[in-house]
Amino acid sequence: MSMRNFSRKRFRYLALSVVFGGMVWLTGCHGQVGMDAFEIPEEFDQSREYEITFWAKNDTNKTQTAIYEKAIDDFENLYPNITVNLRLYTDYGKIYNDVITNIATGTTPNVCITYPDHIATYLTGTNLVVPLEELIADERYGLSGSKVQFDSPAEDEIIPQFLEECAFDGHYYALPYMRSTEACYVNKTYVEKLGYTLPDVLTWDFIWEVSEAATKKDEEGIYTVNGQKVMIPFIYKSTDNMMIQMLKQKNAGYSTDDGDILLFNDTTEELLNTIAGHALSGAFSTFKISSYPANFLNAGQCIFAIDSTAGATWMGTDAPLSDISEDKIVSFETEVMSIPQFDTANPQMISQGPSVCIFNKDDPQEVMASWLFTQYLLTNEVQIAYAETEGYVPVTSKAQESAEYQDYLSRCGEDDAVHYDVKIKAAGLLLDNVEHTFVTPVFVGSASLRDAAGQLIENTVKSVRRGQEVDDDYIAGLYDDITALYRLDQIRMQNSRSASEKEELGTLPGTAVILLASLASAWLLIIAYVVLQAVNRKRNCQ
Amino acid sequence: MKKFTTLLVVSALVLACAGCGSKGGDSGADVKSEGVMTYDEYVAAELESEVVIETYVQAKQSWWDNKATVYTQDKDGAYFVYNMTCSEEDYNKLTTGTKIKVTGYKAEWSGEVEIAEGATFEIEDGNYVAEAEDVTSLLGSDDLINHQNKFVAFKGMTVEAAGQDDDGNDVAFLYNWDGSGQDGDDLYFNVSLDGNTYTFTVESYLCDNTTDVYAAVKNLNIGDKIDMEGFLYWYEGVNPHITSVKAAQ
Repeated sequence: MSMRNFSRKRFRYLALSVVFGGMVWLTGCHGQVGMDAFEIPEEFDQSREYEITFWAKNDTNKTQTAIYEKAIDDFENLYPNITVNLRLYTDYGKIYNDVITNIATGTTPNVCITYPDHIATYLTGTNLVVPLEELIADERYGLSGSKVQFDSPAEDEIIPQFLEECAFDGHYYALPYMRSTEACYVNKTYVEKLGYTLPDVLTWDFIWEVSEAATKKDEEGIYTVNGQKVMIPFIYKSTDNMMIQMLKQKNAGYSTDDGDILLFNDTTEELLNTIAGHALSGAFSTFKISSYPANFLNAGQCIFAIDSTAGATWMGTDAPLSDISEDKIVSFETEVMSIPQFDTANPQMISQGPSVCIFNKDDPQEVMASWLFTQYLLTNEVQIAYAETEGYVPVTSKAQESAEYQDYLSRCGEDDAVHYDVKIKAAGLLLDNVEHTFVTPVFVGSASLRDAAGQLIENTVKSVRRGQEVDDDYIAGLYDDITALYRLDQIRMQNSRSASEKEELGTLPGTAVILLASLASAWLLIIAYVVLQAVNRKRNCQ
Repeated sequence: MKKFTTLLVVSALVLACAGCGSKGGDSGADVKSEGVMTYDEYVAAELESEVVIETYVQAKQSWWDNKATVYTQDKDGAYFVYNMTCSEEDYNKLTTGTKIKVTGYKAEWSGEVEIAEGATFEIEDGNYVAEAEDVTSLLGSDDLINHQNKFVAFKGMTVEAAGQDDDGNDVAFLYNWDGSGQDGDDLYFNVSLDGNTYTFTVESYLCDNTTDVYAAVKNLNIGDKIDMEGFLYWYEGVNPHITSVKAAQ
């Protein structure tokens, strides 16, 4: 007998961001960590040696690691005076926490894979992250610049929507590296066994109905649809995305662009009540509570598994990657569909995936070395190779439209490795729906708000499983608990402060003018009184 | 002075005896406080039900953001406590053998039965350090799961190839399960017994790259005969988290 168990670590760092985010904000209260603004030097000095660090994220995927290493080798061959040191991570939260820690010690990496939500926190330190618009546009060293020693894409060859996702506070603080969305990986065999036909576009009603039907057991407690003792018909990997997308599809509040929190609204309550009902029947669970959706899907113990398109290589009977032993894998037909919708005529889905930011350094030449390497990550060689490792899509039209990438897409299903059909269909899902994707507003604390959105679902499902009743009082208490846990009141205060700082050169509000005028008048009267008293004393003395 | 010296010697002897008595050899039964489950009652409890246990810390895996993950065990069985609520100050008070009373919910995650995130605990008087139980003969058997989370030993196993390096050469361990990691990440290695091969892990939160076991696994050679100790963790099947590797006796 042979056993192999490949452990993918539980996502441990999600909640940590709150603490460190808070630390940075507090630093901001007492004097921000900061640097002088970066200015593009006249020339990039290639007579000097540079050593830069690149913190990269991979999906615990050896091929991705190899692509990073090859990109570094190729880049160093082009620029022998630049050495790139790679540090690998397997989750964004850990990178975020390490960056925050290293901001405090002045040891940030040069180039870093990140999410815009996280950059917003990094920006509480002055000039710590390099704004990229001038570098992008620079005729010599900018995108496709005359002095760039490789074939980099032009600015207009970056998919505009993906580039815009990296813009906030009036600057581009990152370049997109890869993009993905979420997909619903469906056990079509079981859907049809239950007497249903998959619609063209999944709806929430359809998923809930089929999931409820799949909870039927025989008198011995065996699920009739799969003949097993375990069946969780619907499992969602990222419940923060689940809540965010549901609210977006319902045109309900989440946050304003300025960081006002709208999450705790009636629609959220309505959604939580629905979710609670399906958790109670056993039709729904989450990754945090049960485990990876792929493990259940591949074992025939789940029908609708929602996960990133960047997790596609783990999904399906013939998935090239698997955490469960072969004897547990069940044969079924996998359908890759967009996430369920409330309004099928107006589909909405999240845009996600890694971006790359550059941290400022005292030496602008070192920043230039970082910029050139960052730009190299957008070349076709890197973009196409990395996109093919998972259900990612390249972020440039230059790569997407290349013959090499088109050939890759056209060979969908040719094998269960590079051309694994589930993976290529997942990528195709995003390619076909870019105009239906959205991102959430970025502000200081937006990462915490995202975590809070997911935690509402996690806590609700957990409570139901533990026999608690979910009613109005429960929801009210939950809102309070989550607000406190993620310090969402501090987010409001922080963003209010940021907003007022931004407005310091603008016209003062009327109330402020009245207040200041009153204060000034009071001081004038006090001074006048003191002067008058002094004059009187002097007269009396004389 | 004489009295003081005598008192000192007696105190030292008492403490030394207490220390000896707390090491696994203590055969006394675990007497639970009122309202606390026995291990059998814990095993019988439904998933997602509230449980109250008294147990002894055997290893600390991690602390972050007021959450601690610990391996614990009493004289009857083991309990994995995932992300219990714990201040850094309290975490520092936990040492191997510390008795704690834990209140939380029983849960299962990918086959690992545990006390779920958010449990609370209090430190109690008492100390017990489990000796590693040799479960080598149970590998591959249905009985192994009954020892889940215990501090266990595997003896006389042979190191097999874990994978291949970039040049196609067999290697004795991998960083991460597929070799995608770097120094500091989890180590995966394969060991065999009687023709069956098993994958064991050095979990980097439990034993990081400064520990002896991390160094020992990095120095393994294919064909080495080794004895191991560790915790019988579960992830979609048995997934021991190894804390000690030595040449087979």
